[in-house]
Amino acid sequence: MAQVSSIADEQSSQSITLRIARYNPEKDNERRFMEFNVPYEKWTTVLEAILDVKKHFDHSVAVRYSCRQATCGSCGMIINGKPRLACFTKISELDSNVVTVEPMNNFPIIRDLAVKFERLFDTHHKIKPYLDRDDTELTSDAKEFMQSPEELEQYIQFANCIKCGLCNSACPTMATDSSFVGPQALAQAYRYVADSRDKGKDSRLKIIDDSHGIWRCHFAGSCSQVCPKGVDPAMGIQLLRGYMLGFRS
Amino acid sequence: MRESTIMKIHYGTALAAVALVAVHILMRMTMNFADSLEYETVLANYKFIPYAIMLELILVLLSVHGFNGLRVILLELKQGRLYEKAVSYGCLAAMFGLIAYGSRTIIMTNMGMV
Ligand code: HEM
Ligand code: SF4
Ligand code: FES
Repeated sequence: MAQVSSIADEQSSQSITLRIARYNPEKDNERRFMEFNVPYEKWTTVLEAILDVKKHFDHSVAVRYSCRQATCGSCGMIINGKPRLACFTKISELDSNVVTVEPMNNFPIIRDLAVKFERLFDTHHKIKPYLDRDDTELTSDAKEFMQSPEELEQYIQFANCIKCGLCNSACPTMATDSSFVGPQALAQAYRYVADSRDKGKDSRLKIIDDSHGIWRCHFAGSCSQVCPKGVDPAMGIQLLRGYMLGFRS
Repeated sequence: MRESTIMKIHYGTALAAVALVAVHILMRMTMNFADSLEYETVLANYKFIPYAIMLELILVLLSVHGFNGLRVILLELKQGRLYEKAVSYGCLAAMFGLIAYGSRTIIMTNMGMV
């Protein structure tokens, strides 16, 4: 096990074993784990611990991150068995002396903790993630599209999605059905269908009414358990089904 | 057929089956459970037309529901154009096969062939 020495080391009284999954699909046959002893404070996040390892011991660890504040959706990974944002997970909250980090499930691995997002972006794009209507509020004589607080309430929770993919990583259907549209895209389909300014409801419902569309969700609910932004994709899916079964219009 | 239409049928057949299977179980409670399976009782049931129609309906409902459920499982197991076509038509054929085989028993009994 490698000992990470850092400035924090001198002040910190606590440390954990950070196990990082290493895998390069171009070279390796299987995943292996490297262990590092990392000091931490009450506020140290898993991402900071990984960056500590990169800085002081092994800079070749591949990890994607940007904002460090649960906004960009880059740092999703499996932390102690559960899909989480590394920048939004404090080591102290994990209640464990060993912290294991692995790449997200249901995503192809680029290297180590970094995964490919093509499928998520494709399915997201497929459901038309924009206001679908012929007129525009961008011309000089046009009025802005007004919306009441009640109308905003209908979808605003679903607009918090940061496209981190944790929901898709947790979904059991995603694991076996390579054509499934997935909870992230379905939640976004609901977000636009429920927006009073949008006129694309029928075409959007048609897109997800496919043999690998909305009906392949079996109410496992794991997507909503792992979402770091409280989006609740499982509820969005059930609300969308309401439109398709004639309970909502 | 639209996937939503298929799934409406899937949920509808499940609900209808719950109702009809409940009637079916109530009818069986009119006698000892073991007597239900006596040769003469089975024949009499099939010859009692309203009850025979209900059994036929349960057969159709559960065949449609069960084979569509199987189609869903198989579609999620593996993907590919040819495979998915084979699954859809295979399940449809198996469904009609089972309904035909079950109906044959009821019809043969009613026609006095057993
Ligand atoms: C009468 C009581 C029944 C009810 C209320 C019922 C209800 C349901 C529902 C709601 C689903 C969809 C689940 C989902 O999408 O996740 C389902 C799926 C399924 N059902 Fe039934 N069902 C019943 C009986 C049966 C029977 C007797 C069979 C076997 C012949 C059967 C075979 C299946 C299969 C294979 C699936 C697909 C598996 C799945 O989607 O999880 N069901 N059923
Ligand atoms: S719904 Fe939640 S878990 Fe899924 S991509 Fe959006 S923010 Fe991430
Ligand atoms: S680094 Fe942006 S969400 Fe974690």
